[in-house]
Amino acid sequence: MSSVATDMHHDHDHEHHENNNVFGFWVYLMTDCLLFASFFATYAVLFMNTAGGVSGKDIFELDFVAVETAALLLSSITFGFAMIAAHKQNKGGTLLWLAVTWVFGAVFIGMEIYEFHHLIVHGNGPDTSAFLTAFFSLVGLHGLHVTSGLIWMTILIIEVMRRGLPDKTVTRLSCLSLFWHFLDIVWICVFTVVYLMGAL
Amino acid sequence: MSFLGKLSIEAVPYHEPIVMVTLGVVAVLGLVIAGLITKFKAWGPLWRDWITSIDHKRLGIMYILLALIMLMRGFADAIMMRTQLAAATNGAEGYLPPEHYDQIFTAHGVIMIIFMAMPFMVGLMNIIVPLQIGARDVAFPFLNNLSFWLTAGGAILINLSLGVGEFAKTGWVAYPPLAGLEYSPGVGVDYYIWALQISGLGTLLTGVNFLVTVFKMRAPGMKLMQMPIFTWTCTWGNILIAASFPILTAVLAMLTLDRYLDFHFFTNDLGGNSMMYINLFWAWGHPEVYILVLPAFGIFSEIISTFTAKRLFGYKSMVYASGAIAILGFIVWLHHFFTMGSSANVNAFFGIMTMVIAVPTGVKLFNWLFTMYRGRLTITTPVLWTLGFMVTFTIGGMTGVLLAIPGADYVLHNSLFLIAHFHNTIIGGAVFGYLAGFAYWFPKAMGFKLDEKTGKAAFWCWQIGFMLAFMPLYVLGFLGMTRRLNHTDNPDWNIWLYIAAFGAFVIAAGIFFQLLQLFISFKNKEALKDTTGDPWNGHTLEWSTASPPQYYNFAVIPHIKDIDAWTDMKERGEAYQKPEKYAPIHMPKNTSAGFFMSMSFTVMCFALIWHIWWLAAVGFIAGIAVFIKRCYTSDVDYYVQVDEVETIEAEHLSANAKGVNA
Repeated sequence: MSSVATDMHHDHDHEHHENNNVFGFWVYLMTDCLLFASFFATYAVLFMNTAGGVSGKDIFELDFVAVETAALLLSSITFGFAMIAAHKQNKGGTLLWLAVTWVFGAVFIGMEIYEFHHLIVHGNGPDTSAFLTAFFSLVGLHGLHVTSGLIWMTILIIEVMRRGLPDKTVTRLSCLSLFWHFLDIVWICVFTVVYLMGAL
Repeated sequence: MSFLGKLSIEAVPYHEPIVMVTLGVVAVLGLVIAGLITKFKAWGPLWRDWITSIDHKRLGIMYILLALIMLMRGFADAIMMRTQLAAATNGAEGYLPPEHYDQIFTAHGVIMIIFMAMPFMVGLMNIIVPLQIGARDVAFPFLNNLSFWLTAGGAILINLSLGVGEFAKTGWVAYPPLAGLEYSPGVGVDYYIWALQISGLGTLLTGVNFLVTVFKMRAPGMKLMQMPIFTWTCTWGNILIAASFPILTAVLAMLTLDRYLDFHFFTNDLGGNSMMYINLFWAWGHPEVYILVLPAFGIFSEIISTFTAKRLFGYKSMVYASGAIAILGFIVWLHHFFTMGSSANVNAFFGIMTMVIAVPTGVKLFNWLFTMYRGRLTITTPVLWTLGFMVTFTIGGMTGVLLAIPGADYVLHNSLFLIAHFHNTIIGGAVFGYLAGFAYWFPKAMGFKLDEKTGKAAFWCWQIGFMLAFMPLYVLGFLGMTRRLNHTDNPDWNIWLYIAAFGAFVIAAGIFFQLLQLFISFKNKEALKDTTGDPWNGHTLEWSTASPPQYYNFAVIPHIKDIDAWTDMKERGEAYQKPEKYAPIHMPKNTSAGFFMSMSFTVMCFALIWHIWWLAAVGFIAGIAVFIKRCYTSDVDYYVQVDEVETIEAEHLSANAKGVNA
């Protein structure tokens, strides 16, 4: 009898901890949001300071960025599918959708690196004007986040392959999923504020 | 690029006698301490029970120890500045050359805010908040240890700058373009950037950790509006940490990019805008002062209600006033640079918002006064600090309202009037609060009370010394003396500079009495022992535990029915009762991961300061690797068995049976 009571107590404890993890991660994301907000504010102040160099109109190619954006938005949907599979304890499905998400994310990052490289070799690097400084920093900050998301996803794919989908792993997937959707929302703001408002 | 980047033997300032003597003293002290640890075979316990500890109470003690050590360092800087200014009058040059003096006032500011006040506040919060809400630890105990070591890593960096290279000569705010590469080509600003960045990360994690702790881990029955007032003020402080520290991270990252990769955020050329730095810096910096002072307000509230043996007057208004201060604290940053040249309307908005803060602060003062009214105040050391605060902080608040008038600010900006004002609020508000909290909760953390006589002597020296050291600065401000001067040539200022220097020595006596107090109290700790766990007849849950508390805090988590939960339990006869049965307690295990992770990142920062790129990569990868390994360690917790709980609890209960009978 007493052992049963103790076991229930354990379960309660663990549930409590997993709960804390997701909430704690959410609070962390809010702080991350403010980090982005600071860079957005700086971009807003500096984007007109082109120092006689190029402005957004000259360098943004909306078609290219539209494909990039589509890749990232699709990766959010596929991560959603991965989470549905994970909650159903469907290991194969989870891995498949995580892999698809990873590929979309990598496409996004690949295209961003291409864009940055293209700008730098044409003499429009971040050291040429305050506008480009702010542009590279804001977009690059987002890119760094997506890159760490990809590394994190790689680690979790290995974890799921080895351990399956115990509660702890599903919680970690939930945190990454929050992170991934959050980066999607930030990207929508980047797309609007930087690219759309810059190119139009 | 050489193997060690910019680092060479030239980095050691062996031609500066003051620095070399200091380093010699530090080296000797370090050897003595290391020798003592070896003699008493304490390395093992030090590692197992402290460095790797994830117990919030031990981490809190380590935070406060760090704060006290950094207080000595920061105060040494202060007394050097005051003596230099007293010596360098009538055109004399004094004993500190400008390039050294500039590093000293920068280090003084950074150390006192980031490495003295913050660790002191976080330390008290660590020890007390989980106990006050009836939790067994914080939400993320490992993260808590990591936060401490990240803060310690920043402190290591700033102290390294004394002997290896130099520190920033920019003032603690490091405004560009002065802090940019063009005007500060040395490593000083890089030390500043990375020391703040790494400790700021630690603080941010602490903020997140404690927010989750208070929102998710309160004892059953404790509603938000039943949390003890200190916990509430810390919670407002943590909300401010979560909302403002990311801005510091961002602005330091931008300055880093300007200095390392030739970006143009804040440069004079190519469209950079240095006012952007100043705006972002203060969007963090102003909330930061409320992060420091709000928990201190909580401490004073606890002390006043405990030592008048009354319930705190206006608990709800206190909570809302703290919230109002927290929110208003976010929309006043521009008052730090009214002279930027914003339009009159912008300056008027920020000026009025600043003055409005005086309203909720006034509410608090009246609450404390009404708590004392018709109470029977026992004049103990913590109460003296509180009364001293109420007078001193009110003066500081009034000069703040004066500075909030943009027109007046144009005259007083950057003068010693401002220096006097913010020392008036930070010392009179935050530091007095922490020292009050230190005396109040010392028996809880350590198991014995502090000696009262030396404690009171320390208070009077601090209080009188403060007045002597800072009131003259108000006068000097009106006489036109600006801050950060190395030497002066105005006979009208001399007398005030002498008085201020004398005041600094009176404060030094206060610090001496505090050290003496610690020494005497440790010596007489048997006589001063607190056997009951409740030496002041306290109101809140931390006093229901033993002193020092059981490592699991509560054998059985209490059910909360009142704001003053412990008073309520005592009145209903539920205190000191043995529960029907104990259950095994789930506890986290100590871990070295936080220490190694932080030290790896500290090495990374050091390498970045000196442009040793390979070492920076090694430090970064090592830190991440330790973290990933920690994530995949399954042996992280254990259960305290019932018989062990019973033994420990029986001891606490029997000590109280004796205490009650005696």
